[in-house]
Amino acid sequence: MSAAEKLSPKREAAARLLAGAPIPAGQAGWADAARAEARARFEAMGAPAKRDEYWKYTDPTLLTAPKAVAAEAEPTAAPEAFPGADAAEFVFVNGRFRPDLSAETVEGVEIRTLAETLGADIAFARGLFGALEAAGHEKVARPLAALNTATAVEGLTLRVTGEATRPIHLRYVQVGEGAAMVRHLVRVEKGASVTVLESGAVTNGVTEVDVAEGGAFRHVRLQADPAQAGATHVFARVAPHGLFKTFTLTTDGRLTRNEVVFDLVGDHAVGHAAGGVLATGESLIDNTVFVTHTGVHGESRQVFKSVLDGRGRSVFQGKIFVRDGAQKTDGYQISQSVLLSDTAEFDAKPELEIYADDVKCSHGSTTGAMDEDALFYLRARGVPQREAEAMLVAAFVDEAIAEIDDDAFADAMRAHVAAWMARRA
Amino acid sequence: MLKIEDLHVKLEEEDKAILKGLSLTVPAGEVHAIMGPNGSGKSTLSYVLAGRDGYVVTGGSIEMFGHDVLGLEPEERAAEGLFLAFQYPVEIPGVGNMTFLRTALNAQRRHRGEPEMNAADFLKLVREEGRKLKIDAEMLKRPVNVGFSGGEKKRNEILQMAVLQPRMCILDETDSGLDVDAMKLVASGVNALRSPDRGFLVITHYQRLLDHIQPDVVHIMADGRIIESGGPDLALKVENEGYDQFVGAAA
Repeated sequence: MSAAEKLSPKREAAARLLAGAPIPAGQAGWADAARAEARARFEAMGAPAKRDEYWKYTDPTLLTAPKAVAAEAEPTAAPEAFPGADAAEFVFVNGRFRPDLSAETVEGVEIRTLAETLGADIAFARGLFGALEAAGHEKVARPLAALNTATAVEGLTLRVTGEATRPIHLRYVQVGEGAAMVRHLVRVEKGASVTVLESGAVTNGVTEVDVAEGGAFRHVRLQADPAQAGATHVFARVAPHGLFKTFTLTTDGRLTRNEVVFDLVGDHAVGHAAGGVLATGESLIDNTVFVTHTGVHGESRQVFKSVLDGRGRSVFQGKIFVRDGAQKTDGYQISQSVLLSDTAEFDAKPELEIYADDVKCSHGSTTGAMDEDALFYLRARGVPQREAEAMLVAAFVDEAIAEIDDDAFADAMRAHVAAWMARRA
Repeated sequence: MLKIEDLHVKLEEEDKAILKGLSLTVPAGEVHAIMGPNGSGKSTLSYVLAGRDGYVVTGGSIEMFGHDVLGLEPEERAAEGLFLAFQYPVEIPGVGNMTFLRTALNAQRRHRGEPEMNAADFLKLVREEGRKLKIDAEMLKRPVNVGFSGGEKKRNEILQMAVLQPRMCILDETDSGLDVDAMKLVASGVNALRSPDRGFLVITHYQRLLDHIQPDVVHIMADGRIIESGGPDLALKVENEGYDQFVGAAA
């Protein structure tokens, strides 16, 4: 079989996905060009397929089946993701931005819809929309992100010019079935900072984050029991002394693939990706992280913790790529799982690719049952078994939650872990 | 308080008998010591009394607090008043010492139908008991036993015992890994808890702990059985002449 023939099913799948999503109209010329380039990238790469090395542990079939766009709907009540957070909420219902349900302004941040930004000539967006996604394919294809650049019409663009006074909470509400695609752009200007919270889930979400010198972007995301399969990409580029931190807690759901791809392009830049996975039933949750060190004295951390019960599965693929010249890089990666049942599964694929000679990089991965000694110790002091298990699970996941800087958001994540364990009992 | 009759125990994983007809009674108000060479089954006895998985009771009975406890879970035995001070206290990263102890205390109280202790009263109690054992606020805040020295771990066990106020206390090799000062602290903690309605079973390899915690009765254990019982003098005899005299006589 020739290479071209091998590619054809992937390309066919790509064509099917594009057929249902015409190129959006009413944009500025630069945006049209970016769309067209992304479309060409996607067509060339084809849709992800099970035999792709990058999808070895996660079958993408559910993510590549064409799906009609979700109908308009009114939001249903949902438990609060971040109780007590004084956040400015921006609500998307079935993938559609709902200004009527959303805040209007946040001091320190210029907020526009994606459509507004792509219809205008806004400097930061021109250099960002599709740019980080395109760069993200350098080592491995991420076709679903290119599809998003080509076709996503909903989303927000944030230009952070100072210290954002409130966190920005992007809340996704899904009512019934259907595709929900969102695309966000974030530019954190020099010395500025913002926290972006996300809750709920979409079927295809991409966020490009550009952190200027000394800027800080913090991201905390809760994906609680997503009803549909979904793939997300967060791309980031971090300038000197910039900070990029992202944390995601995912519980159950059918299939969730989260890719975090960041490049510490500037010297002394810091990038952290962390996450917690709680999966039971038939859930599959995949965290795929790709860290590139370009500048010197960069520091990156990846901390992922999975708690797996039933036939729940967690996949972690984490790579640290250190370019030639990225000296004094400090890269760290840990992925660990606790298996609460004999049928749960954890697949970890840590990778290092290093072209600089004066760097410190380490990675580790463990998987195992709950610590029987600790469990007995707690029970021997009178703590009932289920409660003791919940305490140990909370402590285990806490190493990832501790990566969140803001205690209030960390506590919110802890509460979700406790609730998941309580449901299990 | 504790009545063990003709107890036979084997390992779950392999067909190996560890306890082979052990009988022992500890009345309320008394301190009994069990001494024995390595491999005699002392730690197995403590685990079986506490209800740990991995052992199968093939014969005999264990009564505590006037009834059979063999069918009870470890947490139920604890709530009824059993306390095992571990030979190797377990490190639990991520679980704060205070949180752990308060959770345990209130779980026991709930089990007994008593009201939970509020945070302020609990804090006061723990600080007071901690002070006696030279356990400071910083240690109390740390995760359970993580980074504790051997002596600190054992003092932490005694602190838990003082807070939980059990009726039947088993101390498994509490003297191992302790220097003289730490042993005195631990012993004074134990002695403070001695009372007419509380029983103690002190498991030890060496006699020296018994200089500080005076037992009422000393038992010699070998090959899964009690082979000799007597007064405190028996411990001194072991110290001076070793275990061989008893083991040889029993064989």
